[in-house]
Amino acid sequence: MYRSQVLVCGGTGCTSSGSPAIIERLHEEIKKNGLEDEVQVVRTGCFGLCALGPIMIVYPEGCFYSAVKEEDIPEIVSEHLLKGRIVEHLLYKETVTENGIKPLNDTNFYKKQHRVALRNCGVINPENIDEYIAVDGYQALGKVLNEMTPEEVIQTILDSGLRGRGGAGFPTGKKWQLARTIVQDGGQKYVCCNADEGDPGAFMDRSVLEGDPHVVIEAMAIAGYAIGATQGYIYVRAEYPIAVQRLRIAINQAREYGLLGKNIFGKGFDFDLDIRLGAGAFVCGEETALMTSIEGKRGEPRCRPPFPAEKGLFQRPTVLNNVETYANVPQIILKGADWFSSMGTEKSKGTKVFALGGKINNTGLVEIPMGTTLREIVYEIGGGIPGGKKFKAAQTGGPSGGCIPTEHLDIKIDYDNLIAIGSMMGSGGLIVMDEDNCMVDIAKFFLEFTVDESCGKCTPCRIGTKRLYEMLHKITSGNGTLEDLDKMEKLCYYIKNNSLCGLGQTAPNPVLSTLRYFKDEYLAHVVDKKCPAGVCTRLLQYKIIEDKCKGCTACARVCPAGAISGSVKEPHSIDPAKCIKCGACMSKCKFGAIIKE
Amino acid sequence: MALKKCIVAFSGTEEQENELKAVIKEHGDDPGALMPVLQKAQDIYGYLPIEVQEIISREMNIPLEKVYGVSTFYSQFSLNPKGKYRISVCLGTACYVKGSGDVFNKLQSILGVTSGGITDDGKFSLQDCRCIGACGLAPVMTINDDVYGRLTGDEKELREILAKYE
Repeated sequence: MYRSQVLVCGGTGCTSSGSPAIIERLHEEIKKNGLEDEVQVVRTGCFGLCALGPIMIVYPEGCFYSAVKEEDIPEIVSEHLLKGRIVEHLLYKETVTENGIKPLNDTNFYKKQHRVALRNCGVINPENIDEYIAVDGYQALGKVLNEMTPEEVIQTILDSGLRGRGGAGFPTGKKWQLARTIVQDGGQKYVCCNADEGDPGAFMDRSVLEGDPHVVIEAMAIAGYAIGATQGYIYVRAEYPIAVQRLRIAINQAREYGLLGKNIFGKGFDFDLDIRLGAGAFVCGEETALMTSIEGKRGEPRCRPPFPAEKGLFQRPTVLNNVETYANVPQIILKGADWFSSMGTEKSKGTKVFALGGKINNTGLVEIPMGTTLREIVYEIGGGIPGGKKFKAAQTGGPSGGCIPTEHLDIKIDYDNLIAIGSMMGSGGLIVMDEDNCMVDIAKFFLEFTVDESCGKCTPCRIGTKRLYEMLHKITSGNGTLEDLDKMEKLCYYIKNNSLCGLGQTAPNPVLSTLRYFKDEYLAHVVDKKCPAGVCTRLLQYKIIEDKCKGCTACARVCPAGAISGSVKEPHSIDPAKCIKCGACMSKCKFGAIIKE
Repeated sequence: MALKKCIVAFSGTEEQENELKAVIKEHGDDPGALMPVLQKAQDIYGYLPIEVQEIISREMNIPLEKVYGVSTFYSQFSLNPKGKYRISVCLGTACYVKGSGDVFNKLQSILGVTSGGITDDGKFSLQDCRCIGACGLAPVMTINDDVYGRLTGDEKELREILAKYE
């Protein structure tokens, strides 16, 4: 028995900010102080508060050390671990109060969260199956195999109201039911997991795989039992090396324990899993494209129907769910459908994980009950916008979603409400933008992404998104006309209505939603030829304020275009015709005499 | 868009070829084996020139045009050799709204290459990528396995980082 445990986050965020070096140093210092038998160091998955990484928690006290540096380790070990004196100045500030240490769950970031899918992330060592088993792991699989018929499993999932967390929100139980009943020829069926988390700025699934890989394995085995499949595939982005490695370890451990393979729990149920790596194609997050890719082909989508439940992978009935969806399943089996459906709103049950990013203080991962408002997420959990800037919009749903403006901050987040205001739940990326972000530029950014990622199979998406991008480029360059805005809107609906798969059908959403809520910004670009946020360089004018200019000539010397003239100790001026708007002068000026507008 | 045609002469060794053949022998009969084989081949050679695709086509009995089709579909397969140090700048949304576009442009001008390009001495190759999931550190770039976060886009800062790899 150890008297103290040190949990260090080993998720991608904290690993990138240096947690491996911290773990190494911890081991060194613990050894130096002769504490090897008393203190255990555990590398866990993501705690969620990535902005303050690397993160470290010491138990039993529950002390939350944030932004830990390697140099801090000797002090923490000799003071806290050896002498039992908490190193207060290194703690996460919000947890330090006059009456002692505040529990982490009472801090603003964690208070309103409710962790179901993430419940083990940051709590257990993901590379040790025994720790998962100690927190009721594989009990749901045992319960299913021993006490439930496949029909009962499906009914439980149906009753719980669980909907797909990948974005579209299709009822999971319905999917399983179809895969069980449509084809009954006794042939092979498949269970697939979509871990091709392609939305930029979204990392929920990655954190589940890194922090709690066994939950996905267990849930897939349950799905296999429910639909009558013996083989599963997890399709993971190759950009997630840590997740892939932990999944591999987890699968091997599960096989060793007989939790994958032949005759699981002695109940005559066979099920095994393989990992397939993606290779950087966003479209492979679409279900038919993903399965085509597992088959070793170009990951192009195909028409539905037939739906995967009828003809999926290798032309056989297939269930395909997202990582976060699976992460909910074992809990639903153990605690019951009523427990799950007691959380959330009328049509969206349970919780949803969001990856908070962009212009927000507490970037990281949060899990909230459906129905929480956007305001609570941004201002309470997220801690507001840095630098006292003003909130402009929150973007959800990635390149398929839309921007939610200030007037909808109080909307209760669930599948249907988000669709109603022109965005969508998506997989859970939530990027906050402030007054310095230009919404036309953001629309252009997403279109550039979809142009790049369109697979090229159908014309509306391949050519339509390209034309749409060109129009946006024209507008941000100052050459747009009012007629372009009308044309653009028409083209958006054309692409939406005629594209083959979800990628094309949703690609115009960023344009439509910004047109809907930020028309004034488009008009400023088109009519006044100005970018109010000061982002679109072609529309900017650099100017020198005469009163502030000391005539030091620094700007004139750094200007690559020779656009600045003036004599020494006299105010300078910029020739707009020559200026290439590189901004070099502005960053060089020590007197703040150069502005852009 | 990366260059589709390879411009550097192929210099694969027999050793590499044997290693690749062993991979194909082990995995070649799995359902949907082409992708995993291409991924292993890229690990072995560092990239997937037409010569390597030909070996795979021959050994797996898959028409070359299918192999080529898959190799060019996925952005992680490269038909050109990468630099000794591979720089990726994240242009995912979270990084973009925090200014990674600037970082990317500055690197292009410092290195004198465009996206997918490689410096003349073969030292650095530059590409943009979409989200490595370290959004808490935005804006982020990676050089091989090293991650650099919270970049300011200042030219001096970038030059100092690059200097570590000289």
